[in-house]
Amino acid sequence: MTATAQTLVEIRDAIAAGEITSTNICSEYLERIAAVDGSLNAFNNVTHEQALERAAAVDRSRTAGDPRPLLGVPIAIKDNLCTRGVPTTASSRILENFVPPYDATAVSRLEAAGAIVLGKTNCDEFGMGSSNENSAFGPVKNPWNLTRSPGGSSGGSAAAVSARLVPGALGSDTGGSIRQPAALCGVVGLKPTYGRVSRYGLLAFASSLDQVGPLTLTVRDAALLLEVIAGPDPRDATTAPQQVPRYTENLDADLRGVRLGVPSALLDSGIDPEISQAFSAAVEVFQSTGATVSDITLPHAQYAIPVYYLLATAEASSNLARYDGVRYTHRAELDPTSTTLRAMYDQTRSEGFGEEVKRRIMLGTYALSAGYYDAYYLKAQQVRTLILRDYEQAFDSVDAVIMPTSPVPAFTLGEKIKDPLQMYLLDIFTVSANLAGLPAISVPAGFTQERLPVGVQLVGRAFDEGGLLKIARAYERNNGWWKETPNI
Amino acid sequence: MSSRLTKSDVERIASLAHLELSEAEKETFARQLADILTYAETLQAIDTTNASPTTHVLSRHEAFRNDEVQESLSRDEALANAPDGTSDEGFFKVPKVIE
Repeated sequence: MTATAQTLVEIRDAIAAGEITSTNICSEYLERIAAVDGSLNAFNNVTHEQALERAAAVDRSRTAGDPRPLLGVPIAIKDNLCTRGVPTTASSRILENFVPPYDATAVSRLEAAGAIVLGKTNCDEFGMGSSNENSAFGPVKNPWNLTRSPGGSSGGSAAAVSARLVPGALGSDTGGSIRQPAALCGVVGLKPTYGRVSRYGLLAFASSLDQVGPLTLTVRDAALLLEVIAGPDPRDATTAPQQVPRYTENLDADLRGVRLGVPSALLDSGIDPEISQAFSAAVEVFQSTGATVSDITLPHAQYAIPVYYLLATAEASSNLARYDGVRYTHRAELDPTSTTLRAMYDQTRSEGFGEEVKRRIMLGTYALSAGYYDAYYLKAQQVRTLILRDYEQAFDSVDAVIMPTSPVPAFTLGEKIKDPLQMYLLDIFTVSANLAGLPAISVPAGFTQERLPVGVQLVGRAFDEGGLLKIARAYERNNGWWKETPNI
Repeated sequence: MSSRLTKSDVERIASLAHLELSEAEKETFARQLADILTYAETLQAIDTTNASPTTHVLSRHEAFRNDEVQESLSRDEALANAPDGTSDEGFFKVPKVIE
């Protein structure tokens, strides 16, 4: 590995300075993927030839002073974001052979900025899971310990960045799916404000919650990717009209005067002691950089999990209705003379979806069904309002909320998958940012005694990604956690 | 409100969701969904009298654009992912619907 250029910014600058070529650096990463990914399973598909062709084209046409901010830089894309001409499966059997005829906006913006896509990363099926075990193509392994989960659902993106198989990746986050795997793999993960990044070409899971965002080694790299992918998109009517700030500028700010809030009551129960320790240490670092830290209350945040799992599954049951054997590649093999349309739908879906996806479609269908709609779905939407108000009130007195990203470090593969409710409870610190539509970032905050990464999370005001990135960067500047590399 | 799910409840939901479940799946889902719904009942204790439902957090509700014709996918591209052998005449084909 090129020890001198590891981050996106370093690689971009080295290519711009003519110190390395895009072909060199892409080949180096592709070789590392070939050598290591057999044991990690982070990639569903490596676009080896296409990447080298595009890198060569960059090297041929590059001129001094080219302003493209990611020119020649390798990157990976979660396999639920459409890539034109490259299979996009969402790690589901039902889309195993799906080849999109268009690019997701986030992908086309990265490519317009000069980035070279090296492949599509493994994930929980349709983004549904917190362990990456719900993939039709097998779980991803955590690079820090191959018996452990990398987290999910963007587990492949997090593991690939952590293991230096790629210097940066896109993920998607519906209830923590960027931040939790980032924490469990020891990398930076940013979920932008709802509406900040276009979802055009993202295979929808829960449309009122889904956001696309970066996973990177450093805060500066996350700022760079966000700067490229954010902004209004005529193809996604939910994108916000606000112009995109230059997140990479003035990142190294002073935290004097910045107010952080800790929702202490929420942190009282069920946290692994080593996570608590690392979190307390992180709070001290924030204070040492000049921030003030105070207690806040988010009285309804403890209800975020039931609210999330009722609303997200209800939306999923509707979004996934499109996979019916008519348009998207997979259709159950049935006797054409005697098969009814209904039987074709039902059998296609039953054999194409994995267990967790079926469970969530069932739960969401139930929550929306006659007789239960008011008690479950409507009630959850009302409590969502209360969670939003809690954050609004908190932001009267603080600039960002800090808490652990995950209550536990990376857990053993197979340990929690048999009990869905226990798995859902792991999302306690991440889901509320999605429900409230707020930006949130997870940054590395050290290791447990078993050398498993720990993450600390910051949640900010809507569209204050710039403020969050500065706070995260100030913390990062005071530790070297991101430089630690798994031994793989 | 009861969070006990019978086998026939599960069959009814599966039918609404267009899923065909095995007997084993029906049993597992009945138990797991009941667990999750019991947990979700903690919401019933919350006073939501003055809370209108939040469907999304966007402050803007309209997204107008000029009504101009733009390029779109060709028919071949749009049909390219149709299940094997169903797009040859320029349509998505489904099993016979009308008797």
